Amino acid sequence: MKLSSFKVLVPAMVLPMPALAADLELNIEIPRINAAEYHRPYVAAWIEKADNSVASNLAVWYDLDMKNGEGTKWLKDMRQWWRRSGRTLQMPVDGVSGATRPVGQHAVSFKGNSKALAGLAPGRYTLVVEAAREVGGREMLTIPFEWPAKAQNLSAQGKTELGKVKVVVKP
Amino acid sequence: MNLKLLAAAVVATFALAGTAQAHKAWLQPSQTVFSDKGSWLTVDAAVSNDLFYFNHVPLPLERLQITAPDGSSVQPQNGATGKLRSVFDVELSQEGTYKVAMNNEGLFANYKLGGEAKRWRGKASEFKSGIPAGATEVNASESLGRVETFATVGKPSTNVFKTTGKGIELVPVTHPNDLFAGETASFQLLVDGKPAAGLKVEIVPGSTRYRDQQNEINVTTGNDGKFEVKWPQAGMYWLETTSEDAKTTLPEAKQRRLSYVAVFEVLPQ
Repeated sequence: MKLSSFKVLVPAMVLPMPALAADLELNIEIPRINAAEYHRPYVAAWIEKADNSVASNLAVWYDLDMKNGEGTKWLKDMRQWWRRSGRTLQMPVDGVSGATRPVGQHAVSFKGNSKALAGLAPGRYTLVVEAAREVGGREMLTIPFEWPAKAQNLSAQGKTELGKVKVVVKP
Repeated sequence: MNLKLLAAAVVATFALAGTAQAHKAWLQPSQTVFSDKGSWLTVDAAVSNDLFYFNHVPLPLERLQITAPDGSSVQPQNGATGKLRSVFDVELSQEGTYKVAMNNEGLFANYKLGGEAKRWRGKASEFKSGIPAGATEVNASESLGRVETFATVGKPSTNVFKTTGKGIELVPVTHPNDLFAGETASFQLLVDGKPAAGLKVEIVPGSTRYRDQQNEINVTTGNDGKFEVKWPQAGMYWLETTSEDAKTTLPEAKQRRLSYVAVFEVLPQ
């Protein structure tokens, strides 16, 4: 732990800050599921440090149009996101929360100077996407990446509640 | 239903806690992690052999004490006691951790009257008037038991873990509403407010009805009163520890029996 965090710090000291900017593109596929009772999944995407703490929240898609904010009731079903950061947030979060998405591919991109990425120190991180569906299942995918050193084109394939999740880092 | 008989059965069960033959008392929450203020928790309260099945007697709702995250007392709603279980609802209107508890304090006595063995149970204050004048071989013991469970809305808080310094109490190192399968949790046990070394803790996962063995986890507290448990799988867990000493509050009572029970929910990773 000590050693790796030291390694992370080195480039930060060597590289001048403006050179660090990179963009991040995220593509989340919500698969078609044949269920008698289908609800769009709740989906959270965030960036984790090596110790599982949350470096940045990218997206939380939930039922935010329900009356009296009742959609927050099921946020806990994305249980790792809930544990890592959801339970300390006041929903909705500006620029992070949004409505649930239909079946299909959903691209979200973040500029290096955006609120989501500006505070990210150079180093190794994990992108985490967690989906939970009412009366359905839950699935979590993790994609390790390096920030922001080099161009990366990464992906992970879900089996149940998530389809393909792609991450592109563009220095 | 004979309420007196029921009450007697429950008291006897509480009193027996700590013996090998004891039934298990428990408060089982419907869930322990909530994301929405204004959610409802529903709880089953019973004493049984199996976890968490209703096959012996209900716990009496009169002893219920629900504490909100801000320390205030919350009234249970829709309380009902059936043959085998009690049930009640709790409206969770605050953010933070709630404690749902049943506390039992009592005095038990055996004595002889005209050669016949008799038993008495009641409050310490009723002891003098409760035992007849001609009683001999009076042997009294005091009991202090807690049955607890916890539920959290949003971020876990620790206000409800303020201790009273009386009997066995649990102090979280790991918060009881932040437990995950495969992870190790740590707690501290106190007796009369002091770290309790050498307390034997028994932890049993729920759904005993669907397996052949209890699969209990036995741990003992260290000198600092702390113990650790690594949760083998997700589910509800029942935890109990008991202790006996002579620190009674009444001169008539020679021994004191202490017990602590909690039900924890462990979530999958």
